[in-house]
Amino acid sequence: MRINKELCDICGTCVAVCPADAIIVSEFEVKIDNKKCTNCLNCLKVCPIKAIEEGD
Amino acid sequence: MVQDRYDIVIIGAGPAGSVAARFAAQNGASVLMLERDREPGIPVRCAEGVSHNGIAPFIDIDERWIASRIEIAKLHAPNGETAKMYNNGLGYVLERRVFDTALCELAAKHGAHLITKADALDLLWEKEKITGVKYKYCGEIKTVKCDIVIGADGVESRVGRWAGIKTAVRLEDIDTCVQYTLADIDIEENTCEFYFGNNVSPGGYVWIFPKSDHTANVGIGLSGHLSHKKGPKKYLDEFVEKRFPDAKITYTVYGGVPTSATLKEIVRDNIMLVGDAARQVNPITGGGVVQGMIAASIAGKVAADAVREKRFDAKFLKKYSSEWEKKLGKTQRTMFTMKEKFLTMSDERFNNIVRFCQKIPKDKFGLKVLFTEAVKGDPKLMVDVAKAFVMSKLKRK
Repeated sequence: MRINKELCDICGTCVAVCPADAIIVSEFEVKIDNKKCTNCLNCLKVCPIKAIEEGD
Repeated sequence: MVQDRYDIVIIGAGPAGSVAARFAAQNGASVLMLERDREPGIPVRCAEGVSHNGIAPFIDIDERWIASRIEIAKLHAPNGETAKMYNNGLGYVLERRVFDTALCELAAKHGAHLITKADALDLLWEKEKITGVKYKYCGEIKTVKCDIVIGADGVESRVGRWAGIKTAVRLEDIDTCVQYTLADIDIEENTCEFYFGNNVSPGGYVWIFPKSDHTANVGIGLSGHLSHKKGPKKYLDEFVEKRFPDAKITYTVYGGVPTSATLKEIVRDNIMLVGDAARQVNPITGGGVVQGMIAASIAGKVAADAVREKRFDAKFLKKYSSEWEKKLGKTQRTMFTMKEKFLTMSDERFNNIVRFCQKIPKDKFGLKVLFTEAVKGDPKLMVDVAKAFVMSKLKRK
């Protein structure tokens, strides 16, 4: 999974639906740990601004 | 100055965090709040509507954080028909930025400490026991020791995960939201408005919460599993283009609202979760401020009792979860069952409900009547709804 940083509002919605605890949020950015990610696509589906794309 | 050790460390200084801090400090515990952002309350990810009765027990009403007063709720059916509800008591649209800071100031007055721009990174463990929090502050990694950690970190709810609690929610149980604050618009005085329908907002609704006579928070929440490729922003843009074609946008914000029941587990040894982090949100309305404050007041007090009795085990801390269950947890579960029903409701059914509401005399039309009509045809759920309302009335006395 890949986050488009220009779109991301750092709202944390993706974190709430991640079953693998693969998403980290700080004050300034959201990061996805692709080693933990199971490609369930929950984050991509729920992102309100569609800032998450498939791929590394 | 910040100490190396506190009885209780609270992660997140939103309404749940600061109310927990205040009640813990007031009851004799030493408390530190860690807030990731530069100021509590920002960025505002909230429609900002609350009831007077909900917040009055926790803070003296202050004009500094009230944007407008609400007395009427207007419902818009998919077919354009409307019904107005007058009997929900006084409500406010808040200035969360000011409100959240005021709550922190109140906690501080009772002795709680707060650091902003302090980003919690992980829990500290010793012999499989939580003993503190690791956080980043001014580019440095720091640690603080404590006996109890309270996770008030909002929708993300990562603190719970660090402790091994399952806090992830299903796609069906999160609303994906966008909100604009619009200026230069015509809106009805003292009225919040709600638009329903599968073309407007599948599995959710559009809200208009006035902030003044010509500005409002206008937002949308879609159920996570129905937001598809279109996403909430396109739905909201279509709505705004139609209803407020000349509006100017002064603020845009994105966010998620959990709409599940409360998490099964909200305490473990040395840890408690409150507010959105514990999923203590009304699953129908998406309102979380008041629920979070109620939960936090219980949690804060139980945490202070734990400090006094030196009992930090889950068994003692469960006083919080069982009191929450009695006070609102059960009602939230009923609301959750209703929400599941809403998710599959046809536009025709929404039309019928609004048409039914139009016929109710002004003085008799409140939420109970609305919910009862909404669950008509499901006798078991009707009984649960009636019970939930009777219970909430009894509690208010």
